[in-house]
Parts: sequence; structure tokens; C-alpha cells
Amino acid sequence: MSIDIENLKRTASQVRRDIIRQVAAVNSGHPGGSLGCADLFTALYFHIMDHDPSFNMKGDNEDMFFLSNGHISPVWYSVLARSGYFPIQELATFRKINSRLQGHPATHEGLPGIRVASGSLGQGISVAIGAALTKRLNKDDKHIFVLTGDGELQEGQIWESLMFAAHHKVDNLIAIVDYNGQQIDGPNEEVISLGNLHDKWSSFGWDVLEMDGHDFEDIINTITKAKENKGTGKPVVILMKTDMGKGVDFMEGTHKWHGKAPNAEQTESALSQLEETLGDY
Amino acid sequence: MLDKYTYTEKKATRDGFGAAMTELGRENEKVVALCADLIGSLKIQKFIEENPQRFFQVGIAEANMMGIAAGLATTGMIPFTSTFANFSTGRVYDQIRQSIAYSHKNVKICASHAGLTLGEDGATHQILEDVGMMKMLPGMTVINPADYNQTKAATKAIADFKGPVYLRFGRPGWPVFMPEGEFEIGKAILMNEGSDITLIATGHMLWYAVEAARKLEAEGMSVELINIHTIKPLDEEAILKSVKKTGKCVVAEEHQRNGGLGESVAGLLARNHPSPMAFVAVNDSFGESGKPSELLDKYGLSINDIIAACKNLR
Repeated sequence: MSIDIENLKRTASQVRRDIIRQVAAVNSGHPGGSLGCADLFTALYFHIMDHDPSFNMKGDNEDMFFLSNGHISPVWYSVLARSGYFPIQELATFRKINSRLQGHPATHEGLPGIRVASGSLGQGISVAIGAALTKRLNKDDKHIFVLTGDGELQEGQIWESLMFAAHHKVDNLIAIVDYNGQQIDGPNEEVISLGNLHDKWSSFGWDVLEMDGHDFEDIINTITKAKENKGTGKPVVILMKTDMGKGVDFMEGTHKWHGKAPNAEQTESALSQLEETLGDY
Repeated sequence: MLDKYTYTEKKATRDGFGAAMTELGRENEKVVALCADLIGSLKIQKFIEENPQRFFQVGIAEANMMGIAAGLATTGMIPFTSTFANFSTGRVYDQIRQSIAYSHKNVKICASHAGLTLGEDGATHQILEDVGMMKMLPGMTVINPADYNQTKAATKAIADFKGPVYLRFGRPGWPVFMPEGEFEIGKAILMNEGSDITLIATGHMLWYAVEAARKLEAEGMSVELINIHTIKPLDEEAILKSVKKTGKCVVAEEHQRNGGLGESVAGLLARNHPSPMAFVAVNDSFGESGKPSELLDKYGLSINDIIAACKNLR
């Protein structure tokens, strides 16, 4: 498949607009990490994953994605809507009463595309392992993707899950770390140092790749390489360097927009930096 | 009616779980088992031997086990997690809450060594709060069978039931007195009809309640005895029907009074038919090391405690 990078960039621009508009409309939500992962989500849902927007919970014979750091829900909702899982107009209900678009992703209201609730951190890799085990039992050769934050790696359950995946040779699982170096209280290095993440994952028995989370060609090539781990008996992680807040100048590279919505003036400024490519909802 | 509840042998409820898992392994290819380094205690060796591909040893990592189970359930398997009750609930409450209960995953949380009857290991392992924690979770079914036969039947029944279930059982050998094979989730079993008092029991305490009821009947009190194996959803109709007839109720359980079955029954009666009640349960205390029967005596859960509660209730 040839890669239409320009088209992916245009989609990502709209996804970033959707993020800003969702968060601004309710004056709550998490724009920083959402913007930082917009390119990854766009690449996954519009190029990499073999997935079916008619949505089957069990995900037989399709690639499946799990989001462990559920607070970046706006970016997920945008790509799900834009790839046909539910009406784009429904993005206007984000975080409002009676909405399927909960603050953190949930299955409770039956939103297509979501397979498990997340928000309380550290749980997503475990869940993804379970799905990967089923695929192995069913001889289903598709992949399971799971995204975690970097600050989230401070949760103990993460390391339980890494040990399991290596021991049980879960090689149809691709974990991606949103390595933006920031968390709510500040840079990781000030809050609780993550140390050498590459060596940590590697010593837990995982193959470790790195990529630039804002370079579509690198994202696609690295994930293609990660898929080749299937059959080697080793799980694989991609440390994805991103800039929190990417695409909106005043939000970039700081934890200050982790969980804060822009005001009217800031929203206008943000949207002026992001081209409306697919039409706002 | 009480005459038919006798026993010739003692077997542990956890053995009933293990025996059912063996059968499920043969009958239902969607059933998978997970264990956190307690295979021998949970009695699932046979399942593992016969279905090595459908068993996952997770090691001493219960949080991860709950998450993996949620993922297996998402993709259509029927996972049974197995470890002690303490590590099946409090240790992993958030994982169960978010990944299983809120996400409505078809996970069967199977918990052995619940309560004081765990014995010598002491209070660190004798969880007496698990029913309370689990019944508070929306959509969670909570089952505490009384003996080997009922645990075996319950284990089989929950495999066919869609939704998260907490199945609580225990360590010690215990009288086997319930009939084999019958189990309807959420349906109370009327074990003796009576008119003076309603005696409700769950889990191991049911055998003590049978013995207490026999003695009370011999002394002239007419005891209606109800087996509540499913604490949630509670068979409200059966309980209300009985208490409307007898006018009072005693509940016996191997759990804290706070958060237990008795509390659920009290709430039901308060809403519908306020009646005098007594609770045979642990009263805001941790347990300690000792033999199961010694512990049940010391913490107010003996046959005589049930008898006294029934006699003293006005």
C-alpha cells in the first residue's frame, strides 16, 4: 500500500481541530496528550489497522486498539467518528449529560469502537494481553495495539503485565508509549524519574523500538517493523517521542495543558493554527 | 424437611470448584482459567492438565490477572480467575471496577479461602469484607454457596450466565448436605418451612443454621430456614414472603456485619416490611490465627450463637 502522507496530515489537522473544539465546548478535558497523539491515531485508523467501523466487540479477524491512558479520549473519539464508527456530529456531546462520549472512554453507554473503560491508569496493557491471548487461541493472525502514557508507567500493574507478556511469548501485541516526558504535576523527571525506559522494557524481555510520533513515515515504518515480531516469541514496544500539545504553539511541550481547556480567545488562536480539512462538525 | 439435610462426608467447597472446572474444561471450549500462583489451593490441576492451552499462570500479579481476564472476555472467552478471596477483591478492586464491572465483562472471579474458616494463616488472609465490596459494584452478581455440591453446581451455572460474577468459597472440609446438580442463580432455597422466625444463612454458616434450626425445632420453635446462595441479586420475593409470615428474621454469615448479606436483608425489610432482625456476623473486627471452629466460636458465629440470636429476638 502506498502511503499518502499528505492526506494523513490533512486528516490529522482536522482531528486536532476536533480535539480543541470538543474540549473548549465543555471547558474540560485533556487537550495536551490528545494533540500529541493525533498523528499516531490518524496513522492507526486511516492507514495501519485492518479494522471494521461497523464494530464487533469481539474483533475477530481484525486489528484491535486499546487505549490505556483514557484521558486522551478526545483524539480517539475524533478518529472513531471520522472513520465511521459513529456520527461525526456526536462529537458535540463530549462530556455532556446523556452522552456516549464520556470524559474517559467507556463501554457502558455502548459507544462503537470502545471495548473497555479506561481512565484509572495502568490497566490497558493487561487487557490488551487478554485480547492477544484470545487471538492466539483462535489462530487469528491480526494484531493488538495498546497505547499507554509515560507517566502511567509509574503504575505497578504495568510491570506485572510486562513480565507476563514476555513469559507467555505474547508476540501479537504492539505496545506504544506516548513518551512526551510530561505528566500532571510536571515533567516525569521531576515527578518520578522513569529512568532508562529502553533498558527497562528490554530487561523485562521486550523488543524495543523508537519512533517520532509526528513523522507519519516513521510511524508507519516502525509499526510495520513491530508487526514482524509475530512469530519471534517476543512482545514489542515502541517508545514514541511526542510533543504534548503538538500543533498548537502555546500548548506545545508543557504539562500545563494536560487537563485544561482553552478559553474563547485561546480556542480561536488554536483553531487558526489548524486547517479545517474535512469540515467541522 | 430438615431431616433430609444430613451428611456422611466432609469436603471443601474449593474442591467443588475444582471438580466443576474439570467438567467445564471438557464441556465448554470458551472457558479459560487464570491463576495467581495458587493452583494447588484452588484445585484446578485437572483442568490445567487437560487444557494446557486454556490455562494462564499469571504469577503473583493479581491486578494483571483481572485485566487479562477482561481482555479475554472482550474477545469472547469465558475467563475464570482463581486466587484467594482476599487477593480477588480488595487487592484488585479498581481493576475489577473499571475493566470488569463498569465495562460489563463476562469474567468469573472465583475466590477461595474466604472468611475466618481459612484458619491458621490469620487475619491478613481472612477477608471478611469481600461481599460488601463486590455487592456494591453495579451489575456484579455475588454468590456464596454452602457446601461442595452447591459450589460445584454454582461454578457450572455461572459459566452459562452472561455477566461478571463473584463466586466465594472456602478452605476447610465442611459437611456435604445439599443435593447435587441443582443451582439457579438468584433463587433462594427454602430448606424448612416454619412460622415463628425466618433464619437466613449463606456459605459455610448454612450448615450451622441447619443444626441450629434442628435444636430450636426440638425445643418447640418453628423455624423457616432459607439458603441464600446468591447475595446479589437478592431473592427479595422469597425473603419478604417468609418474613411477612414469621414477623422476624436472623441472618448468619461468615462476613463483617457491615456490608454483608444481613445488611442487604435489613435494607430490603426497611424498604418493604420493617421487622425485628438479628445478625450473626463478625462485628467490626479482624480475625486471627486458630482452628476454623475455634474462630467461629470466638467471633460469635457458632451454632449456639445462632440459637441465642433466634431466641432473643423479640
